[in-house]
Amino acid sequence: MDNPTPGNPSQAMVDKVINTIAKQKEIPPDSITLTSKFEDLNVDSLDATEILFELEDELDVDIPNDQAREMRDVGQVVAGLEKLLASKGNSTADSPAPPSETSEA
Amino acid sequence: MKRRRVVITGLGILSALGKNRTEFWQSVTEGRSGIGPLESVPDARVAFSKAAEIRDFDPAAFLDNREDRMLDPSVQFALITAREAVQDSGIAWNPELQKRTAVATGCALGGKLTEEGEYRKLFVEGKKRAHPFTIPRIMGNAGASRISMEFGLQGPVFTMNTACSAANHAIGQAFWIVRSGAADAALTGGHEALFCLGNLRAWDALRVVSPDTCRPFSKDRDGMILGEGSGFLVLETLESARARNAKIYAEMVGFGMTADAGHLTYPGREQPARAMQEALSDGGLRPEEVGYINAHGTGTLANDPNEVNVIRDVFGDHADRLAVSSTKSLHGHALGAAGALEAVATVLALDQGILPPTANFTEPDPECAIDVVPNEAREARVEAALSSSFAFGGLNAVLALRRFDPDRKETP
Repeated sequence: MDNPTPGNPSQAMVDKVINTIAKQKEIPPDSITLTSKFEDLNVDSLDATEILFELEDELDVDIPNDQAREMRDVGQVVAGLEKLLASKGNSTADSPAPPSETSEA
Repeated sequence: MKRRRVVITGLGILSALGKNRTEFWQSVTEGRSGIGPLESVPDARVAFSKAAEIRDFDPAAFLDNREDRMLDPSVQFALITAREAVQDSGIAWNPELQKRTAVATGCALGGKLTEEGEYRKLFVEGKKRAHPFTIPRIMGNAGASRISMEFGLQGPVFTMNTACSAANHAIGQAFWIVRSGAADAALTGGHEALFCLGNLRAWDALRVVSPDTCRPFSKDRDGMILGEGSGFLVLETLESARARNAKIYAEMVGFGMTADAGHLTYPGREQPARAMQEALSDGGLRPEEVGYINAHGTGTLANDPNEVNVIRDVFGDHADRLAVSSTKSLHGHALGAAGALEAVATVLALDQGILPPTANFTEPDPECAIDVVPNEAREARVEAALSSSFAFGGLNAVLALRRFDPDRKETP
């Protein structure tokens, strides 16, 4: 995966998020862009929970509930995941941090 | 068919608020929440750390024989509280009454702890055989069946498995069965034990459990808190209660149930309202007679404002004169037992003239603008009350109860 910079997401991550949503909603990936809102894609809160679950599983990352709540479009999911992966890369422990503390922050 | 009047003459309850109805009611009236650190599943690694657990539960303190101590905790809870309710009622069994008594239970998960424990032995520990009693211990009706055997009850015995509405569905059916004359008495309620790793992780994945605590209707609410326990009620006809000079806690007068036929988890508005209206009309109640509603009140972002809207749809201006509280802030959300714990709270509220508070309340939310009896119980004699359950899957079940008035004439 190429190295992302803030505001310049890696294409690999964008593709991964778009493909996950496309698979979940059974819609063509090319109908989804970085600026697509969940609402416009007919992704409700339960769909979003399942999409984030797929991405968490695939990327081995935990998205805290408060951050998950803020992810309402494709760009927000991509940015949030890249940030979480970057901080995971910086952390020495391999195991995920206790999520309760992150959620309460 | 002539409708018989149905009264509640016995209560039993086991929850994070205590191990009997006295401890339960004391915690409720003191507004002391049973929510605390999640202890029963060490290293659960979930995004929440609080739960409403029955602290220091020792089956041996309640159950004498080995067979009962081997039951799933959910069934142990049911047996213990059913015994308490029967003892409280003072009802004396005889062969005729045993044939004419129903047992109706709510239980959403069956013997989940036993199931997980047995499957772990197979999947993780590489054991070849499941315990031969696994199936009878995990079946959803294990509680109903154990209770029927305990007291020799041979009338209609069944279990409702409708998620968070299970206990209300069971109590409502039991009420109708006694009112119609299909049985003369019923032991009814709900029981749930749910603290095991797989179930906690599954709830965590839904992102609806609060990392903090359960604050229904409060602006800073951020989810539900899981709870466990059991509640049982003895229902019988007014005639039989009077004949044996029994203590009457309250009268059950109505039941309403509807389905959203909509979203799997997001609550609807029209059908919960219709369930409330059905409960009122089934109970011959005018909306103005209702003074208290024990709300479903999960403390999730979605439920609470929607439920306030539902109450406003049903009660109009009278909503401003209603007290509405969520005792889930005290005993947690015990899923298939939730409606039973809340029915016991509602019955005691009518009997004692004290309205249970919504605990952990910090900040009013303009989207939940209704009197939620924040943090402190309130003395108030109300004529009638509703207790609502709205389950995942869009299933709505509402009980209507009246303060017992010996002089009240039945309305046609």
